[in-house]
Amino acid sequence: MNFINYLSQRPKLTQFGIVLIVFFILMSMTGLYHDLIVERHLFAKSVDKGEIQSSVGFAESMSMILNWQLPPQLIRIPELTFYHPVINTSATYILIALLVTAGLLYKSFAESVNKSHWLRVNWFQIISKGFVGIIVGLLFIPTLYNWFFGEVTRSTFWEIPSMLQDFSQYLIFEFWQTPVYDPEIEDYEDYGRVRLFTRAIGATLLFLINLIRELLIGGFETVVSLANIFSDQSGWDWLNENEGKWYASVPAIPWTVLTAGAFILGYKLQGVGLSILAGFSCIYLAVFGQWEPAMQTLSFVLVAAPVSGLLGVTFGVIAYKSRTFERVITPFLLVAQTFPHFAYLVPVIVFFGIGDHAGAIATIIFATPPMIRLTLLGLKRVSPEVLDAGRMSGCHNYQLMFKVLIPTARRDILIGVNQVIMQCLAMAVIASFIGAMGLGFNLLLALNQLRVGQALELGICIVLIAIVLDKLSLAWANKQTDYFADLSFVERNKTALLFVAVFFAALLFAWFGNWVFADTAKGINYFYLIPHNKGITTEPFWQAGVDYMVSNWRAGIKIFNTWLLVEVLMPMKASFLAMPAIATFVLTMGVGYIIGGIRSAIVVGSFMLFIALTPWWERALITMYMLTFAVIVSVFIGTIVGAICVQNKRATKFILLVCDTFQTFPSFIYLIPVIMLFGVTDTSVLIAVIVYAVIPPTRYTVEGLRNVPESLLDAADMSGVTKLQRLFKIEFPLAFPHIMLGVNQCVVFALFMVIIGAFIGTEDLGQEIMQQLFSGGNIGSGLMLGLCVAFIGLAVDHLIQTWATKRRKLLGID
Amino acid sequence: MSDQQPVIKCDSVYKIFGKNAEKMLQDANGKVVAEEFQKAGCVVGVNNASFEVKKGEMLVVMGLSGSGKSTLLRCISRLTDATAGNIYIEGEDLTSMSDKELIELRRNKMGMVFQSFALLPHKTVLENIAFPLQVKGNSTKDSMQRAKEMVDLVGLTGRENYFPRELSGGQQQRVGIARSLAVEPDIWFLDEPFSALDPLIRKEMQDEFLRLQSVLNKTILFVTHDFDEALRLADRIAIMKDGIIEQLDTPANIVLNPATEYVRKFTEDVPREKVLKIKSVMEPVGDEKDFSDLRVSEDAIIETVAEAVLGDPKSVPVLNANDDIVGVVHSSKVIHVLFGENSTLESNA
Repeated sequence: MNFINYLSQRPKLTQFGIVLIVFFILMSMTGLYHDLIVERHLFAKSVDKGEIQSSVGFAESMSMILNWQLPPQLIRIPELTFYHPVINTSATYILIALLVTAGLLYKSFAESVNKSHWLRVNWFQIISKGFVGIIVGLLFIPTLYNWFFGEVTRSTFWEIPSMLQDFSQYLIFEFWQTPVYDPEIEDYEDYGRVRLFTRAIGATLLFLINLIRELLIGGFETVVSLANIFSDQSGWDWLNENEGKWYASVPAIPWTVLTAGAFILGYKLQGVGLSILAGFSCIYLAVFGQWEPAMQTLSFVLVAAPVSGLLGVTFGVIAYKSRTFERVITPFLLVAQTFPHFAYLVPVIVFFGIGDHAGAIATIIFATPPMIRLTLLGLKRVSPEVLDAGRMSGCHNYQLMFKVLIPTARRDILIGVNQVIMQCLAMAVIASFIGAMGLGFNLLLALNQLRVGQALELGICIVLIAIVLDKLSLAWANKQTDYFADLSFVERNKTALLFVAVFFAALLFAWFGNWVFADTAKGINYFYLIPHNKGITTEPFWQAGVDYMVSNWRAGIKIFNTWLLVEVLMPMKASFLAMPAIATFVLTMGVGYIIGGIRSAIVVGSFMLFIALTPWWERALITMYMLTFAVIVSVFIGTIVGAICVQNKRATKFILLVCDTFQTFPSFIYLIPVIMLFGVTDTSVLIAVIVYAVIPPTRYTVEGLRNVPESLLDAADMSGVTKLQRLFKIEFPLAFPHIMLGVNQCVVFALFMVIIGAFIGTEDLGQEIMQQLFSGGNIGSGLMLGLCVAFIGLAVDHLIQTWATKRRKLLGID
Repeated sequence: MSDQQPVIKCDSVYKIFGKNAEKMLQDANGKVVAEEFQKAGCVVGVNNASFEVKKGEMLVVMGLSGSGKSTLLRCISRLTDATAGNIYIEGEDLTSMSDKELIELRRNKMGMVFQSFALLPHKTVLENIAFPLQVKGNSTKDSMQRAKEMVDLVGLTGRENYFPRELSGGQQQRVGIARSLAVEPDIWFLDEPFSALDPLIRKEMQDEFLRLQSVLNKTILFVTHDFDEALRLADRIAIMKDGIIEQLDTPANIVLNPATEYVRKFTEDVPREKVLKIKSVMEPVGDEKDFSDLRVSEDAIIETVAEAVLGDPKSVPVLNANDDIVGVVHSSKVIHVLFGENSTLESNA
């Protein structure tokens, strides 16, 4: 009786218990198919071969269920037939679509005061509800009809990737053609305008990247492309004729000049500390012979970051001005938060080909959404009184935006710029998969050849660039405007003047290098430009270290590795795969219902349904298993480390610094040490994921615990609690919503990393995306796979956010 | 323009927030009951406000938070559009103005001070004050010169090149006041300008404000939730509750004859000698010739002259602004004000 009393007072717990019981009952009902679904492909193969049916009829299903056996369609959602709206649109369905739309709009029309204005005011509503009408009338109802009564023209959900692929091919090659003169075959040829357009964008970006690149390290590509424009000959012919002339190549800015510039910039933005960090990082890059690839990477960032920044601010401003536009882009921004890096690459290679420009475009698409979000957030955070003050001063819209809103939101927008730069660097490595030059490309090569020493060295270079750019942009964001008007010209421009002076001094210095190094055998002027791999290298040292570790620790590591794989990972993976689809739905939707009611259950359910309807359900399960394992371990470690560190002021500061630094590392970097230690297994992927994903829970735990109000702690102390009681009865419950946000971040981080882990061989969704990439790109599969990953993230995100918001309201925190 | 024409005129102004506000208001036919609207998901901000403000007059709108006082001010400055009713600024219909006309009006005739100062963080004191002028298109030199004058006027000389973040609250509000006055507006809106300040600073700023007004003589709409502040500053006070103006009258009349129970709650504890002027307790000059040598002004607050009048056994003659004797005041009346019951007093102000 006591037990029932206990449960009746806790309805959520009871609900959860019921969900769990149903879940396990369903789990136990796989009998006949159990061995098939544990092995990833067997079920699908058996269906293909006709050994088992993909779905059975109603009566048979019922009898199977009564025999404690789930029918196959509940274990794995089969390839369903859908009504094909493009091929067959009968008048009945169009009528249904119109009726649904009219029904949805009726209320709004009936309630409006001014009927003649209604059309103009509600155009967005009309479009969106019209869209719903079309979906319902031309897709849902015919599909349902089709399922029950059979036989209309059909397509399946599994065909959507190839439909998208065909559509994109049509768009690129056949849509809206125009004849273009081709000098090679001396004739006109038909080109799709879309292709010409994407080519033009690509060429422009490529020119910009090359221009900056050649200013930094010298070269002749931009000269060639300019010659292409201004002379009749092909640029390369022109170059051959004019070889050796001063105008036939761009001289590099000596590294000494840039290093001096880095010192000055660091000092100007923050002070001596940053100056030293920036300057010595440059010196490191030069001395270790990584100057050239580093500058290639930098040129890439210097093009991609401003473009994304500009696009982000523009879209952010438009979204701020227009509620409609905001509503249109919000879903895209949401998906972009959890859309994996690799999935951006697939459409880009289809539309833009391969090369530096493709990498830059992928990076821009990747880095723009956070900028839009932060701009919008910053503008919305401007106090309404400041806005009113601007209006009462008589600003018109333009003045209000550029003289009041944007300057007031300056800090938030610049934090956005910082984010963009970090995203660009994270992408710089991944973009090398589609041909972006630079450190990332070399790193990829080194990893492919398993030259871990070199990879480490390159990794450090990327990390240094990331940290320096992060700190510089943050310092810029936090810098307050200073007052200048009363100062003299020299005082006002002293930094610029200093830079000019240093520029010439360093130039002179580099010129002297011609004599200093004239005698050395290689004839390299080390003050001008240190060629790739001609600097000092520590590779042998690292390699020796790796070899030592491998030869001495291998046995121990191998034992751990085998234990983990056999005892933990394999069983966990098997149990995830053994989940019938229906059980997964019961669990996720049940949890959704407990947390956020019917609405959350439907939201989570639709995310899961999308994934289940694609051919990649098993792969998604594997992604989920890795995600679950990594998140559990990361959260466990993170909260404990955070809770311990927060007890001491100095430790708190230290751990936050560590988190900050580790967060700036581009995610790919984390793969280097684990490959070194664990080789190519699931273990290494998971360890990389855990190391990367442990950052947010640690940080949020520290922040959450630190932000518990002082007065509450005093009150607790006066009630005579012990330190442990205080931690568990006061601090943790209050900090819990914030910690959950950390868990949320942790899931996103882990998800990204699991997908990147495909590089060292997993068999989840990530690997499928990589395959799309290497096979030249099926845009449909790429996007659908990306969406699968994004939806896993969004489902978790939705649950945690809903819970945290409710909890915070309950506790009365903000 | 005649002197009689009010600078601000509100004619049954309504502001109702919510989706179907307009339709509901139409149906309600002018009789808005807040509860009914609330049930339908609408919030009544301003409910049938009609009043006039004359040139050079200071109207203080007083009410607790949520009473709609700031909403009323925002309607009159057209930061929000009123749901129904007409607002006239110097005879021109504000509600039907185009955006362009509105901007012109704000650039030349209106100034506004905000509760949380609303200074632009990236501009210095001088630049903040010059901002409305520069927005208008004045040359930088002219605007800076004018801004400099304003800095001197509000007593911030020497701090022209500070940023708002480097100033105290009181100083920031001085900048806000200077900015709102930079374009020499005719109408001055103040939205709880001193509420965010410490009591001592608030008192100081009120004095400063009275000094400025005695020099500038603007038409002022002042919003506050502080009844004492309203009494101190106002020519007339409008007391608002749930969007309705409960009473609109002179401070003395409000204290002496509160129109509703709600107003009475505010006036109960107000020391009358601090509010009432001699004018409100004087009697007509009768037959008696035996006046005191003392003379008091009819506009003097009773408290300030009470001691002298009480110390004199004879009646004290009261002078108007032209030094003519317009009445007498007896010490018995003053004693009544100081110690008597509220309800027995009658005002003739």
